[in-house]
Formats: sequence, structure tokens, C-alpha cells
Amino acid sequence: MNEAYAIPAVAAVVLVTVLIGGFGLRISRTTSDFYVASRTVGPSLNAAAISGEYLSAASFLGVAGLVLVYGPDMLWYPVGYTAGYLVLLVFVAAPLRRSGAYTLPDFAEGRLESRQVRTVVSVLVVGVGWLYLVPQLQGAGLTLQILTGAPRWLGGALVAAVVVLAVAAGGMRSITFVQAFQYWLKLTALLVPAFFLLLAWHRDGGAPPAFPAVPDLPASGAGAGQPIATSRADHPLYATYGLIVATFLGTMGLPHVVVRFYTSPHGRAARRTTVFVLALIGFFYLLPPLYGWLGRLYAPELTHTPDADAAVLLLPGRAVGGLGGDLLGALVAGGAFAAFLSTASGLTMAVAGVLSQDVLPARGVRHFRLATVLAMTVPLGGTLLVSAVPVADAVGMAFAVSASSFCPLLVLGIWWRRLTPPGALAGLLLGGGSALAAVTLTFAEVVRSGWLHTLLAWPAVWSVPVGFLAMILVSLATPGSIPPHTSATMTRLHLPESLTVRQTAAAAEGGSTSPPGTKSTPSGTSTPSGTSTPSGTSFPGSTSSTGSTSTREGR
Amino acid sequence: MTGTAAAVLLALCPLLLVGGFLLGRRTAHPAGRSDVGSPVEHATFETLHTASLAAPPLRAGLTEDTARKSARRLRTLLGTDALCLTNRSTVLAWDGVGEHHAKLVMERLAGLLPTGRSAAFDCGCDDVDCPLRWAVAAPIVVDQRVLGALVAYAPRDSAVLARAADEVARWVSVQLELAELDRSRTRVIEAEIKALRAQISPHFIFNSLAAIASFVRTDPERARELLLEFADFTRYSFRRHGEFTTLADELHSIDQYLALVRARFGERLAVTLQIAPEVLPVSLPFLCLQPLVENAVKHGLEGAVTRSRITISAQDAGAEAEVVIEDDGIGMEPEALRRILRGEGGPSAGIGLSNVDERLRQVFGDDYGLVIETGVGAGMKITVRIPKYRAGVHSSPPEHDPA
Repeated sequence: MNEAYAIPAVAAVVLVTVLIGGFGLRISRTTSDFYVASRTVGPSLNAAAISGEYLSAASFLGVAGLVLVYGPDMLWYPVGYTAGYLVLLVFVAAPLRRSGAYTLPDFAEGRLESRQVRTVVSVLVVGVGWLYLVPQLQGAGLTLQILTGAPRWLGGALVAAVVVLAVAAGGMRSITFVQAFQYWLKLTALLVPAFFLLLAWHRDGGAPPAFPAVPDLPASGAGAGQPIATSRADHPLYATYGLIVATFLGTMGLPHVVVRFYTSPHGRAARRTTVFVLALIGFFYLLPPLYGWLGRLYAPELTHTPDADAAVLLLPGRAVGGLGGDLLGALVAGGAFAAFLSTASGLTMAVAGVLSQDVLPARGVRHFRLATVLAMTVPLGGTLLVSAVPVADAVGMAFAVSASSFCPLLVLGIWWRRLTPPGALAGLLLGGGSALAAVTLTFAEVVRSGWLHTLLAWPAVWSVPVGFLAMILVSLATPGSIPPHTSATMTRLHLPESLTVRQTAAAAEGGSTSPPGTKSTPSGTSTPSGTSTPSGTSFPGSTSSTGSTSTREGR
Repeated sequence: MTGTAAAVLLALCPLLLVGGFLLGRRTAHPAGRSDVGSPVEHATFETLHTASLAAPPLRAGLTEDTARKSARRLRTLLGTDALCLTNRSTVLAWDGVGEHHAKLVMERLAGLLPTGRSAAFDCGCDDVDCPLRWAVAAPIVVDQRVLGALVAYAPRDSAVLARAADEVARWVSVQLELAELDRSRTRVIEAEIKALRAQISPHFIFNSLAAIASFVRTDPERARELLLEFADFTRYSFRRHGEFTTLADELHSIDQYLALVRARFGERLAVTLQIAPEVLPVSLPFLCLQPLVENAVKHGLEGAVTRSRITISAQDAGAEAEVVIEDDGIGMEPEALRRILRGEGGPSAGIGLSNVDERLRQVFGDDYGLVIETGVGAGMKITVRIPKYRAGVHSSPPEHDPA
């Protein structure tokens, strides 16, 4: 790999990210452009932002690495990462937006009217965020090492420093544009080289690679990912189910994903956004397995090292070679850094927001900066202390904790009116707590082999039912503490916004106006997204403007 | 293996954090009060604690629900077998044994309610096993009006209980008076919002209409546009439902307001908007930015300034949105501004700024008041911070034409 091209590429990505973040909205606007200035973020832009933030090191590097070593079985990873949004779309997206919550603790407080639940959720959000940040920083370390030969810790420290500086200085103000840009950058960084790689493969004869029936594992003692690798090989069915449960149900609770939905102006837009996200990341995930597949052909020796995650970075140089290979390699490296930066900054903002609101004593801008530093220091310390686990596996553990704590909270909170604060507490502590403990024990390598290790490394299969059961049983046992405003909250969660208001307005005005039904706008009868609407009405900013224009025409 | 040890240590960090938090709480609010002073002092603390538990429900006024919640505590406070709270016509809550007495209470109180004097009476119960033989009734008086009565039952007559019941009834009265005070404070703020809406009318309406009139012959299309802006603006300002709105709607109304102002002042007023789309769905109290913009326009165009520039920006700041309204006008003496915010500005100062400040503090807490930077001749910069989520704050979408 030629560093003369790779380093400028990484530097350019960092610079462009900071510049768009800081100056994207400095362009002044006059009042005549007000409709442009006040247009809310449309579903497609917001979806690109969510996808940009979501596609992390695990997707960019990890999936290809796992496919390279273990073969097509690992396709469950991209499937799981994508299908999580389907569950989110069906059960959570619109009601969560209608609740008005910005973070998960906000949702817990609004639905259950309990500060205690809020505190527990806050702690879990911080835990999940940190778990998710560690592999991002490790991936950055690996990438920089392969590009320049720098020590492992340097890449993580670099990403951490850039993110802390950008977030703390308020440089991530136009974060939607930054993240949307990162999505298209990541897609380009995989799509263009993939095209050339396929050409090269065709030139070399086009023979498909052979995946052995039993994957040849890294030689024993080769790396710390070892116990996870062996237990996956020993119990493949259990491990796959653990992965499926964690990723399908865990996506809805990821702190950096939840906050992005706040940007949607209403529940219907949130649902439309999720559909776009499904399309965008579904398309993206076609590419990493291709890299793993070709990696098997061009870099088979990676299976014997713990650095299989590097396959994506090394492939262009191996397969294409020459100047073209170097340039493509630089493009991929830039994309990888975009992945670390976008996910890390999104997570840091989410974790810092929760820390500054619920954990640190006072509020204010200075405390948010302090919280940012704290949010990044702990995972950075973790990167230096914990030895490398394959990126996709480490991220899978964050998904498992999220699936066992936030999934029961969100699904039952939205769909079951008998949920009580004690029930939610029990579910969060038993489900999320046990998953968090299991994951921590895995990272600490307390148990190194056998069934127990497998159970701890893929906890979702048992911890998700534990979380749901605890929540349901304790809620049923404490019917007296159902929050007093449950009916009102549930109404707001499930009715389209325009309907809710018509009812309250009519009630407030003593029924002096016409009945609510006659006043409801077409958006009041919203059907699940996917129904085609004219693009003009998908932007509420323009809805209000077209609304007033049509009034003008009417008179 | 040091790596493992370090990892375990790192994993323990959150646990230690939680442990320390709980320990700190335990130290700050000790559960047992056993180490506190003599038995007399202990009894005092117990009484005060019970009283403090009874107070919050009463602060919401005297209803069946609040009476039921507080009666339990009040009975503990008096140490009687049964306690009853009534309003002027019915029994609101009965706590303790012998609920069959509840039917007879109102007859017994026939003499007390008009006069407002305490009374003691024998129960005259037919049931020989009933422990309630004697009762004392004390009036609950708010603003020299008898709202109801507190009736305490005992097995035999007791001067101590009579005295204690009197005192507790007086304490309940004070709590209810405070509740009344809370309500009137809310009413004052509501009245001020109404005044604020009404305040928009006279000058602004005359000037806007005059400005529009000047365009009717020269530029009829513009005049029509302006009239429609005017209609939209007044519809938003006079809307009756919903205490909260979204930043997008509030900014939209400000845009219409500025269009009307610019029709009048033309090139003298330049406006710059910088709005981050992420914060547009934020909920905030209705009409809490528009008065600030109005203020900026007034300051900017006052005096001999020929041109004025107003900048309005709304930025994303983590879990908050930050709105800044800045003008380069004549500014203000900071001390005079302080007086206005304290509500001592006199009638000429208008109620815009202090009303906005007060409402923001009431809804979001004291951390979220207005931050104003100004000096004489130095313009004025007003910063409003709005949390993205606050329990109970839900915006209502704009009212569309009923037609």
C-alpha cells in the first residue's frame, strides 16, 4: 500500500468533514429565501444522514473480514444490520417520533413518568454507546497501521481527537449534511473500487474462490479474537441465532440512530425516512460481502492473522495493482475514515447529550464540552486496554445489550398500556444488565472456552426473553403503578399529529367548532409509508408553504 | 495478565460510578432518622415530615382526589381513628374506620359551614361496637370563605384533639390559599399572553394597513401578497388552542411579520436568517420569539439610524436548540433592562421581554431564561436556549383554514 496517496485521502476526508460540519450553514440567507431556510429535513436527506451515521467500521471493514474467513454464513451480519430497520419501521419509528422524545431517556420519562426509569435508561445508553465506540476506534487504529505502519493506538487517538474537537467546538452543527455526505462518500469508496476489482477478477480468469467447509481458523494464540472464533465454530447455529436476535431487535435502541429521528417533522415522515434508510443501507451492504469473496481469492493469507478486517483496504492493491490500485486504495482508506468519523461523532454526541443532561450535575454549553471529552475518553481508554476483537463481533455485543434493554422498553412502551415503571426497571436491569455483564465478561476474557463462553459472547438469545419476561411479569404484578396519563400518552403516540390536535382543540373550544372529522387534513388519514405521495407534500416545510399558497389561490 | 486485569477494571468503572452515586445519595438523605436528637425533637421531625407529605396534594386545590390523598396523612398527624374532609355540600374523603358515619356528617355540619366556627358533637351511633363516639369539626377557610370542614373522630371527648384539629384545619387552609395563589399566578400569565396577542393589534395593524394601501395603486400584486401575509400572521397570532408551537411555525410567523415591516420601511431594514433544519421540530411556548423580533425591529429603527440589520439564527446544540436574535440598533442601558425583566419597567416598557422570560422559565426551568447582551449604542443580542424535549411540552400543528 502506497502511503503517498492514502494519507492525503484520509486527511482530505477529515478536513471536508470538519468544513461541512462547521460552515455548511454559514451561508447567509435573506428573508426572501425563508422557505428554503425553513424547510425541514426531508426524508431522503435524513435517511442518508441516518445511514451515514449507522454504517460504521463494522460494516465497512468487519463484514468483509468475516466473510473472508468464515464464508457465506457470515452474510447474516449484513442481513441483520439491515433487517433491524424493518423492525424499527414496523413497531417503533412513527410512535417514537410522535412522543416528541429526543433521546431514549426522554422517551422513558415521557411514557412512564418516572425519573428513576430515566436514570437507568441513561446509564444503559451510555454503556451501549461506549461499547459501540470501542470497535470504531480499534478499526481506526488497524486502518492507520496498515496505511502507514503507525502504532495501533494512534488511529483511535486521531479519530477521538478530531471528533472531540469538532463536537465540543460546536463544529457539528449542520450534522445532517455531514452525515449525509459521509453516506455517499462511503458508498462511492466501496462502489468504484468494486467495479475495478470485478474487472481485474474477470481479467484474471474469473474463477470463483473456494470456501472450505470447515473454516481454517487463525492459528491458536494468534490474537484475542480467538475464543470468539472457536466458540462460533463450535456452536454455529446458536451463534447465528444470537446474532440475528441482537441485530434485528437492537437497531431500534442505538442511541445515535434514535436522535436522528427527532429531525423528522412528524411520525409519517419518520416512517418514510426509515423506508429510505432500508433502501440505502440495503444497497450498501451488497458491496462488503463482495470484498470478502474476492479477498478469499486475492488475500487468503489474512485468514491466519487476526487482521482479516483489513481485507477491504488491501484488496485494491493486490487485485488491481500499480497506480490505479494505489489510488483506489486511497479512496477506500478515505471511506473507512469517513465510517469511523461519522459513527464516532454521532455516538459521541448522543452519549455526551445524555451525560450532560442526566449524569453531570449542571447544564450549559461548558458542561456539554466536558461531557464530550468524558464520552470519548472512556472508550479510548478501553481501546488501549482491551485487546482486539473482530470489529463486527464487538459491535454485535453493543447490539445485544440494546436489544435486551431498549427493545422491550420501546416495544412494550409503545404497544402495551399496562407497562409500569417498576416493570420497566426490572426488565431494563435484568435484561440489559445481564447482557451488559455477559459482554463485559467476554471482553475481559474471564471464560475462554466451552458453552459458557458461547452463551456469554452471544447473550441476546437468552437476555432478550429475560428482559421481556421481567418487564411483563413485574408490570402485571404492579397494576397499581400504571402511570396516570397513560391513555393520553398512548393516544399521542398512535394518532397522527393533526388528528390529536383537532380533538383537543374541539374539546377546548367546547365543541363550538365543526366536528373534528370534517376538519382533518388529508395527512390525518395517513397510511403506512410506502404509499406514493406527491413529493411536494413530503416536506412539511413546503407543506405549510403550499398550504398558504393554495389559500391564496382559493381567495 | 495485565491486559485482563485492566479490562476488568475498566468494566468495573460503570459499576463503581453507580455505586458511588448511590452511596452519595444515601449519605445526603439518610434513611433512618434514629440519630437525630431527643425523643421530643424526633417527634417534631416526624410531625413535620408527615405534614410535608400531606402538603403536595393540597397544593392542587380541594377535590375528591386530593382530599383522599391528604386525608391519610392528616389522620396520621392527628392520631385519630377516623378523619373526614368535606367541601360545602358533600363528603370528599373518609379515612379510617366507621365509614357509615359519612352519611350523617353533612347534617352535623349544617351549623358550622355558614358561621365558620368549630364545633364538637356526639356521634350518636346505634352500633355498640363502633369506636367512634365523639367528633370535632373545624372549618377550612380560604379568603374568609368557608370552603369545607375537617372532622376528626375519637372514642371519647378530648380537649387536646379539639385544639389539634383546629390547628390542622388552619394549616390545611394555608395550603389551599397557596394553591389559590398558584392558580392566580397562572391566570396572570395567561392574561398576559392574551394581552400580548391583543398588543399586536393597534399600531402594527394601522401601520401595516397604511403600508399596504400605499401599494394598492402602484403594485397591486404586491399589495395582495402583503394582505395575505397579514391575514396569515393575524390568524397565527390570534389562534386560540394550544400553549405550545414548533419553532418552524413560530419562525414562519416571524417571516410574515418581517415582510409587513419591510413593506413599510423598505431598504432601511435588512434581515439575515440562519436556520439549522435539525431544530425546526423543537417545541416551544407559543409567541415567545415574535416579541423578541419585534423588540429588535423597534430598537433597530429607533433614533437616527438610517439602516438597520437584524440577524436571526437557530442552531443545533446537542440536546438543546439555540436561537439568537441580534440587532445593531441603539441598544439599552443594562440597568434599565434589568428593571424591565424584574417587571418594574412601568407601563411604557411593554410586557414583551419580561413575559417571554417568565414563560420560558416557567416551562423549562430557571436555567432557560433569556440571556441578553446589550449596551447603549451597542445593539442588542438576545439568546434563547430551548431544550429539545421536556416532559409535558407538546406542540400543536398550525390551525388550517376550517374551510
